[in-house]
Amino acid sequence: MFLHEVIIAGFGGQGILSAGRLIAYAGMLDGREVSFFPSYGPEMRGGTANCMVVVSEDPIASPVLNRCSALIVMNNPSMEKFERYLKKDGVLIADSSLVKREPTRTDIRYFGLPATLMATDAGNKAFSNIYLMGKLIKETGIITPESFEKALYGVLPQSKHHLIPQEMEALRAGMAI
Amino acid sequence: MGEKLLMKGNEVIAEAAIRAGCRHYFGYPITPQTEIAHYMAKKMPKVGGVFLQAESEVAAINMVYGAASAGKRVMTSSSSPGISLKQEGISYASGAQLPAVVVNIMRGGPGLGGIQPSQSDYFQATKGGGHGDYRMIVLAPSSVQEMYELTVDAFNLADTYRMLAMILGDGILGQMMEVVNFRDEEPIVQADKSWATTGHGMKREHNVITSIHLDPAVLEQWNKGLQEKYRVIAEKEQRYELYRCEDAEIIIVAYGSVARIAKNVIKVAEEEGIKVGLLRPITLWPFPTKAFEQVIDKPRAFLTVEMSSGQMLEDVMLAVGGRKPVYFTGRMGGMIPQVDDIMAKIREIRAN
Amino acid sequence: MAVVFDRPHALVDIPMHYCPGCTHGIAHRLVAEALDELGIEGKTVGISSVGCSYNNYFYFNCDMIQAPHGRAPAVATGVKRSLPDNIVFTYQGDGDLAAIGTAEIVHAAARGENITVIFINNTIYGMTSGQMAPTTLLSQVTTTTPYGRDPKEHGFPIRVCEMLATLSGPAYIERVSLHDIKHIKKAKEAVKKAFKVQIAGKGFSLVEMLSTCPTNWGMTPLEALDRIKNEMLEYYPLGVYAGKDLEV
Repeated sequence: MFLHEVIIAGFGGQGILSAGRLIAYAGMLDGREVSFFPSYGPEMRGGTANCMVVVSEDPIASPVLNRCSALIVMNNPSMEKFERYLKKDGVLIADSSLVKREPTRTDIRYFGLPATLMATDAGNKAFSNIYLMGKLIKETGIITPESFEKALYGVLPQSKHHLIPQEMEALRAGMAI
Repeated sequence: MGEKLLMKGNEVIAEAAIRAGCRHYFGYPITPQTEIAHYMAKKMPKVGGVFLQAESEVAAINMVYGAASAGKRVMTSSSSPGISLKQEGISYASGAQLPAVVVNIMRGGPGLGGIQPSQSDYFQATKGGGHGDYRMIVLAPSSVQEMYELTVDAFNLADTYRMLAMILGDGILGQMMEVVNFRDEEPIVQADKSWATTGHGMKREHNVITSIHLDPAVLEQWNKGLQEKYRVIAEKEQRYELYRCEDAEIIIVAYGSVARIAKNVIKVAEEEGIKVGLLRPITLWPFPTKAFEQVIDKPRAFLTVEMSSGQMLEDVMLAVGGRKPVYFTGRMGGMIPQVDDIMAKIREIRAN
Repeated sequence: MAVVFDRPHALVDIPMHYCPGCTHGIAHRLVAEALDELGIEGKTVGISSVGCSYNNYFYFNCDMIQAPHGRAPAVATGVKRSLPDNIVFTYQGDGDLAAIGTAEIVHAAARGENITVIFINNTIYGMTSGQMAPTTLLSQVTTTTPYGRDPKEHGFPIRVCEMLATLSGPAYIERVSLHDIKHIKKAKEAVKKAFKVQIAGKGFSLVEMLSTCPTNWGMTPLEALDRIKNEMLEYYPLGVYAGKDLEV
């Protein structure tokens, strides 16, 4: 059964919510059922941010997750908070340039990617979330890179479309690790 | 064949209102519903409509009172503390029999409370938060698609019965995104509005919209008229979903986003070999007592789950009428009931 | 025989419930005459408020809406934004407009909402039997200031025209008085001008009328008229506070 329940968490401003929206949008383009539930409120202004994304072939019961099959964390507090949400054999992807703490669980699949460092080296720090999404796509098959590219065109304003080739490069780099 | 978009619940309510012919929106910012105002501010000028940010929720509901008196399809939206402020206007509009749509995307209370999702305004919405013997039609969507469809229905019901209809959602529904399928054309009810104050053009007697009748005998007659209307609505407009109730041992009663969580519970329970069903009220007023009559013989118990201290619970107990045990579990203050907590309650009921 | 005086068409032919000597009747007549003379009764929507004039929807022949206490400017905003080609007026007392409805009147004025406000200032709550109003004069005795309004206890009376005239929104604001024929004639001109301002789409207009409440002032009708002249005019000077040079 095709069912992916993903939590993405980090600081506000790291592109946490836009990553979730892109995955949901791409999932829709792949013909799946999708839902996206963001954290909201003052925490969005510099505090912690997280979102829950479900991509499924069946109608989605709840958009609110207390278990997930994949988790992307982009800061230490998110690792603290959400590690326990992962199901057994779930995929944990961390931005290892920011998350200094290794997971305590041993029944999951853990991947550390120095995404912020990679993005900074490549010249656009704002793309760090895309490397992590690349890894997510590779490890779970939640969406296709093709639909991700279409989602970028669908979600981003026209004025940002010239950046999409670079973003796709970042995605492929994330997938290659 | 329609339009398929990934949209936020709040934005879908705004879009649905516009599609339903609403061209007047009056509001005041409050989390977690403000996206409705943002969307209206952007869209209304493009469709020749009016968006106005009022000086307060009190002013906003009274602007609604004015636009509804003028015979227009009109909406306001807010979240719990703001809805408390609107109660004065809600009571007056109910007394004056004005059709309009009020949206409450609930957050935790009482007082300023918090901004996280809650269902603790059930009493306020269904039992009359303002003064007097009045009712509102209260619709509780549980998906973004339903937020669209029920908002269109709310305008139609309001016009049909000349009364307020409320969309009662919560922070989860307002903030989440799902795919919504828009129809090419909306089923819009054209109601008679010859009562509206639009200027008589020297062609008819003057129309008067009022909620005051100082003669108690006249006021009682007026109230009897309202109650008769409410009786008809209670008979004709109950809506609900029954999900896997056929052979359920326990039936969960939940509405809105909690009903979604309940569907996850049903899956988990099934894996444990426990048959659980869901009775989901879609109209909270009128409360769908007919749904209970359909399933009353089946389960050994009902379990009400709410993001409150147990408000709908009272209506569930009235509907069940002592024929089966009714249990409750819930969270408050913006905490969301977890599948595990609900499963624990189910195991406890079975152990009894 | 030529008719020289008649009931305006915009007034319904029924007895009014106001006390003897109350100037509400005059104020109503002035509004109705203006509706007649400008030929706008058929496209006018009036908003009654809460106070002695709560049910003047019985008296005005145009379409009428009864509004919650203080909210008439918000209700009028909703109507005017729905029917921009119609004429919309509110009729509010001092308790309604200057106490409970302060936010609504200030913001309608600040928005320059294209409505007309008829504001009755009689320095007292009439309907609820003579309590202190925001306009009650210093040392005035009311049922809630039995020893006279003391600024240390109760603060100072609000001058609505002057306050609203500090805003950029209003097109026309004038204070008039109903205490004698000469002033009633001036009041009539002000009411007409206010409606003309609205017809011309110039924005917010307000006419404050200094009025009597013989019953709650404990005076005869004539004493009450004298009180306007001798006590109220000093604190509430007559004149145009916004739109002095406005031609309509």
